[in-house]
Amino acid sequence: MGFLESVRMALRALGANKLRAALTMLGVIIGVAAVIALMSIGRGIQASIQAQIQALGSNLLFVSPGAQNQGGVRTQAGSAPSLTYEDALAILESGRVPEALGVAPESGGFAQVVANGQNTSVRVTGVTPSYEEVRNFHTTVGEFITKDQVDSRSLVAILGANTKTLLFGEGDAIGQTIRVNQQNVAANLRVVGILEPKGSGFGGSQDDIVLVPITTQMTRLNRARTSRGGFTVSSVNVQLADDKVETSTLAVQNIGDLLRERHRVIQDDFTIRSQQDILNTATQITGAITLFLGAVAGISLLVGGIGIMNIMLVSVTERTREIGIRKAIGAKRRDILTQFLIEATVVSVLGGGIGIALGGGGAQLLNGLSFGGGQTLNTVVSLDAVVLAFTVSACIGLFFGVYPAVKASRLNPIEALRYE
Amino acid sequence: MQRDVGQAGGTDPGDVVIRADALSKTYQMGDVTVRALNGASFEVRTGEMMSIMGPSGSGKSTLMNILGCLDQPTSGTYWLDGTETSKLDDDELASIRNRKIGFVFQQFNLLARTSAVEQVELPLLYAGVSQRRKRALAALDRVGLADRSHHRPTELSGGQQQRVAIARALVGEPAIILADEPTGSLDSRTSEEVIAIFQQLNREGITVVFVTHERDIAEHTRRIIRLTDGRIASDLTIPAEEQRIARTIHAPADALA
Repeated sequence: MGFLESVRMALRALGANKLRAALTMLGVIIGVAAVIALMSIGRGIQASIQAQIQALGSNLLFVSPGAQNQGGVRTQAGSAPSLTYEDALAILESGRVPEALGVAPESGGFAQVVANGQNTSVRVTGVTPSYEEVRNFHTTVGEFITKDQVDSRSLVAILGANTKTLLFGEGDAIGQTIRVNQQNVAANLRVVGILEPKGSGFGGSQDDIVLVPITTQMTRLNRARTSRGGFTVSSVNVQLADDKVETSTLAVQNIGDLLRERHRVIQDDFTIRSQQDILNTATQITGAITLFLGAVAGISLLVGGIGIMNIMLVSVTERTREIGIRKAIGAKRRDILTQFLIEATVVSVLGGGIGIALGGGGAQLLNGLSFGGGQTLNTVVSLDAVVLAFTVSACIGLFFGVYPAVKASRLNPIEALRYE
Repeated sequence: MQRDVGQAGGTDPGDVVIRADALSKTYQMGDVTVRALNGASFEVRTGEMMSIMGPSGSGKSTLMNILGCLDQPTSGTYWLDGTETSKLDDDELASIRNRKIGFVFQQFNLLARTSAVEQVELPLLYAGVSQRRKRALAALDRVGLADRSHHRPTELSGGQQQRVAIARALVGEPAIILADEPTGSLDSRTSEEVIAIFQQLNREGITVVFVTHERDIAEHTRRIIRLTDGRIASDLTIPAEEQRIARTIHAPADALA
């Protein structure tokens, strides 16, 4: 018997009990729609995180201090006070890292900021003028930290957009004084600039910050020093000449050589991460999230498949007599098997198609949904998810249809004909 | 065996189409062995019209199942149209049923929600032959239902449903038509019509075997085999002039009324 005739026969059999067919399909519809929608959301989150990382500024390297070994216990990465302001300057000025175009060391930590009767805890970061270019922070009002301010350890500060609003509301903040209290060392700083809003970034809002000259941070606020007397920094951003992978690789090597020599160590007491590393990590994490969401949805697809099997078993029992008739007039086992398999597959494929439409539609509805912090969700209905969902639903029909179909094909025609 | 094949059926005696040789069938019901068929032997020639009669429990259903290749004998051999069937597997039996046997059942056994012409096409579908629609319509025409080809079983009277079943049985040009109580669900007038169709088909050369417990029905055939306790008790051929001839087929429009 031809395939098309089998499909027609299956459609007629399903049409005979439309409500039941629809309910059976519902399991697959919900499963496939969930897979598509959740995977689209996962992809959307992935895309948005990637975009954020790229927005940090392209072709960047991040150098941070390594972990400390204290009595054999390895502490948190970045906790060792091994990276200094001088290290940062050396990367650019020694001439040993020709790939470096700019260097922006930063140093800081959370501090209590009091002004205008308001009080907030934000990250206070000591920066150099190059930070503006390297990290893409620009002021809307006032000036960025200048070289003079760094050299003279000026008591000035630039406020992030949120911090400004929090402390001063809509009022003018330039020229006002804020009190910064970090690790029991306090200083009064004059506001000289306001940053443009950057939105929520990788690792917290980039608007809840205060920027100060790095020398001010190191001498007036946080006076941490290395064992050799240098001012420690919490990280050094290195801007590269271009975003080629070779440039990045060479730079990582050269900076590593330089720092190992300066620190007189064999084993690295620092970490260099390229933006690509961060991107890879983020992609891995979001990929795992997407997979997890898909797996959860996949379970509902499985349940839908079991629903198909259940209904097909009922259908085989109900149609025992029909099977007997078909066998009496010459249907072979294979004919009956094919008939019921195709019926199950038609249910799951139809359900899969509707589910893809619903899931895709749902993802479209969620598209552009704001999830706070000025971020919006961009759902991505990818072709591979659609193909996967469709294939899986067809396979589920086949898989869960096999047992009922085999059962039908093995019926004894005499008993089947006698069945009431 | 006493019969005069020269006078059997409406046509010249043909080749042997059924040869049953010492057919036996036993069933195991728990500890009890039931001997449903106990050494039945007979032959049927092409073009015969005959009945297998017997009360319930006489083994006629078992014999009918074996003749119809739905079942196989425990011992003995059954040749259908030159094929020995006792060694065949399920699929080969299905193929034999498809090509050589046309079934007509008491309960019509039509598929629900399927038009008459599609019912008749079904055996051809499983046989994988071409020109199914044309042949199915021709078969429906032979039973006088050409104008009902797109009606579904629920839209047809009992007699019409049985005629669709007959068309389905003959569409594949089988070696025999096996009819199991073909009038058991019909009133007497409709029964006559249906038997008339069988007689007409037999006159056209088709071998017809009735399985029935009704003497009235059996008397419409030239030869009657009686079964008792799984054995053939008698095998009689009625003289042609004593065979009951069913009244002619009503016009299809009449039959619906």
